[in-house]
Amino acid sequence: MADEVILLDYWPSAFGMRTRIALEEKDIKFDHREQDLFNKSQILLEMNPVHKKIPVLIHNGKPVCESLIQVEYIDETWPKGNSLLPSDPYQRAQAKFWGDFIDKKVSGPTWVLWGGKGEEQEAGKKEFIEVLKTLETELGDKTYFGGETFGYVDIALIGFYCWFDAYEKFANFSIEAECPKVIAWAKRCLKRESVAKSLPDSDKITKYVPELKKRLGME
Amino acid sequence: MAERSEEVKLLGMWASPFSRRVEIALTLKGVPYEFSEQDIANKSPLLLQSNPVHKMIPVLLHNGKPISESLVILEYIDETWQNNPILPQDPYDRAIARFWARFVDEQLMEKELVGKDFLGGESLGFVDIVATLVAFWLMRTEEVVGVKVVPVEMFPEIHRWVKNLLDIDVIKKCIPPEDEHLNYIRARMDSLKLKSV
Repeated sequence: MADEVILLDYWPSAFGMRTRIALEEKDIKFDHREQDLFNKSQILLEMNPVHKKIPVLIHNGKPVCESLIQVEYIDETWPKGNSLLPSDPYQRAQAKFWGDFIDKKVSGPTWVLWGGKGEEQEAGKKEFIEVLKTLETELGDKTYFGGETFGYVDIALIGFYCWFDAYEKFANFSIEAECPKVIAWAKRCLKRESVAKSLPDSDKITKYVPELKKRLGME
Repeated sequence: MAERSEEVKLLGMWASPFSRRVEIALTLKGVPYEFSEQDIANKSPLLLQSNPVHKMIPVLLHNGKPISESLVILEYIDETWQNNPILPQDPYDRAIARFWARFVDEQLMEKELVGKDFLGGESLGFVDIVATLVAFWLMRTEEVVGVKVVPVEMFPEIHRWVKNLLDIDVIKKCIPPEDEHLNYIRARMDSLKLKSV
C-alpha cells in the first residue's frame, strides 16, 4: 500500500527543515506544501487546530505536529534505513534532552538577532552565544552530536545554521569567532544530501529578513 | 525487568508536579527508588553535578547515570522497565501522546491561569476541555492515594480554575460521578498492587 506523506511547511523555518531532513534521511517520498503563514490555509487550521503552526506532517490523512515529535515518529514508523535516534535507552534520553534544550534555548534569542536592536539585541547576542557554547561543549570532538552517526540532535540544530549569516549581519557579530566547532560541525552536516536538500541558501534567508520584518510589523 | 540490584535515585521536590509524575511512573512499574528531597534555594552538589545545564529537578539517577527533564525521564523509565507501559505501542498514538504531554506542560503552568477564569480566556475552550482530564484525574487520584499532588496552598490558581469548571453544566454532565470514579481508581490501583486509602 502506498503511503501518502504530506508536509505543510514554510521555507525559512528551521523547524520545518528538521522534518524534511528526517524524511530525506529515510528516503521517503513526500508532498511538500509551502504555507502562507499570513493567510493560513484550511488544511493547516484543520490539521493543527491547537497551535496553527507549521510544520505539520500528514501521514495517510493523520496529522503529527511538533517537529521533534515528527522526527521521532518518522524514525519509529520507517525503522529501515538510517536510524535517527540511538537504540540504547540512556543514549536516547540524552539525545531527547539536547533536543529539548535546543527547542527551549536556541530559537528564543534568535528573534532579536535579526529583528531587534539596542540593549535587547545585545542581551540576545550574549544569550545566543552562551547557548551555542554549551552545545559546543556537548559536541566536543565528535563528528556529530551522537558520535559518528548523524541523528536527532544534529537534525534539531542544523536548520538554524542557514540563519547564521542573517544573525551576523543584523546583529553585527561573528558566530565563527565565538564558536568555531559549531561552524565546523554545521559544514560537515551540509555535506549530507538530506541536509543540503532541506536547507535554503543563507543568502536567500538574509535577503528575506527585511520583508519578513515588514510583514510582521517590526518597523 | 532486570534481576540484578539496580540503584534508582530521584532528586525531586515534594511540591513539584514534575517530580511527582516521575514518582508515579516508578510506582506504576514497581521500581524501588530512593527519593532525595532537594532544596532549590540551596542546590546540592549532586544536583549541580547531575544536571549542570538546567540545575533543576527532577533528575533521575539510574546506576549513577543522570537523566533530566521530566518527559524525557518518563520515556526512559518506560523503555527501561517495560511492564505496565506508559506510552502506547503504535507510533501514531505515541506521537499524539507526546504532543498532548508537551501541551499540558506548556499550558498547565500556574502563571498561565493568573487573571484568567479559563485557560481559553473568558470562556471554556479547547484547552480547558483537554486539561480537564488532568485536573480531575489528579484531584480524584489525590483522594484515593491520600497524597496531595496539587495542594491548594501551592496552586491556588489551578484550584480556582477547577471550581470554575465545576460550575459549568457541560462539565458536570461529562465528568464521571465522584463515587464511581473513586471506586474505579481504587480498583485499578489494587489491580496494580498499589496502596490506596
